[in-house]
Amino acid sequence: MTTTTVTLKIDGLEVTVPEGTMILKAAKDNGIIIPTLCNLEGLSPYGGCRLCLVEISGSPKLFPACITPVSSGMEVTTKSERLTEYRRMAVQMLLAERTHICSVCVANDHCELQSLANQLGVDHVLFERKWTNLEIDSSHDFLVIDRNRCILCTRCIRVCDEIEGVHTLDLKLRGKDSQVIMDLDEHWGSSCSCTSCRKCAKVCPVGAIYIEGEPVSHTKHKDIAEFITERRQRKWKR
Amino acid sequence: MSKDDSRRVILEKVMRDHGYQESALLEILHKAQELYGYLDKELLMDISGSLNLPPSHVFGVATFYSFFKLKRPGQHVVTGCMGTACYVKGADEIMQAVEREYNIKRGEATPDGKLSLLVTRCIGACAMAPTIIVDDEVIAKATKEIVLQKIKQVLGGT
Repeated sequence: MTTTTVTLKIDGLEVTVPEGTMILKAAKDNGIIIPTLCNLEGLSPYGGCRLCLVEISGSPKLFPACITPVSSGMEVTTKSERLTEYRRMAVQMLLAERTHICSVCVANDHCELQSLANQLGVDHVLFERKWTNLEIDSSHDFLVIDRNRCILCTRCIRVCDEIEGVHTLDLKLRGKDSQVIMDLDEHWGSSCSCTSCRKCAKVCPVGAIYIEGEPVSHTKHKDIAEFITERRQRKWKR
Repeated sequence: MSKDDSRRVILEKVMRDHGYQESALLEILHKAQELYGYLDKELLMDISGSLNLPPSHVFGVATFYSFFKLKRPGQHVVTGCMGTACYVKGADEIMQAVEREYNIKRGEATPDGKLSLLVTRCIGACAMAPTIIVDDEVIAKATKEIVLQKIKQVLGGT
């Protein structure tokens, strides 16, 4: 079987990737890292965090690299002053939207949002913080969800649906009020479909879902989705 | 909710007409609310079972749209428009006044089931902002005083 390939330029580097590849993946496979919080290899793309925005020459718009497929002759820019400004704004909005206090968070030092903020030099938030007071659910034997730390990336929902296959988790409400729920908004401990597989805690980029009594550094294992997907396709790399 | 409930029979027929397709979820939720007045968890569970959809997904859809009610609405319903124009024109303050007066939060009903307070996103009457709907009457260019008086009037009428 032959796959059609597409040649494009990313940050001036000429790359050739299979047709249908998303810009984010094409860049990553060629050593160019585009920041993202919601995208995770092995899960379907979501396009929610807007951190992977890139410029494509010929268009004044910005494109989310995780859900924009490559096309022939495309010239992509992944780093520019304008993009950094947008990314800094996106991180600040995420920080402002809920109660993010690194010093009292289980994920301190192991948080993708925190490290991205550091990387982008976000040391203060220009927007008024919301200081949410949402429900923390620790009714499960060992899994805990603190919705005040959630950035609504939906990684947990996608891993629960696409990898574990039970779709216990989903989002309720909308906009800034959105919250991750279990089944019909039950407490986690009384959810009948949850298999306690821990994958949601493994892929959570922040400290929203964690395992009680276990250091987050130990829990976090975001490659799990890609790993399982590859194993299912019998690609025995590891 | 028993299976031989006549409303259940109608709902079952609607689901069958749609071939129990996932994509018919919204239609079916509409019909269910029309039949039962609101969507309780048992009903949502039933629908999710019939359409083979995860309960959390059905709950997510039902809460995404403010049209769907998950709690039994009160005898009288006050709905505040929270569209941009109404919000800017102070609909939020009116809602707060109603909340204070009747000691309820939006989305809730009073314990006696007489009054419920709901919000909607835009009723398309932006020129008359702020708009508050009391039962079936739209109050244009509403103020706290007008709305509270109107509520008192409808409550007194029962």
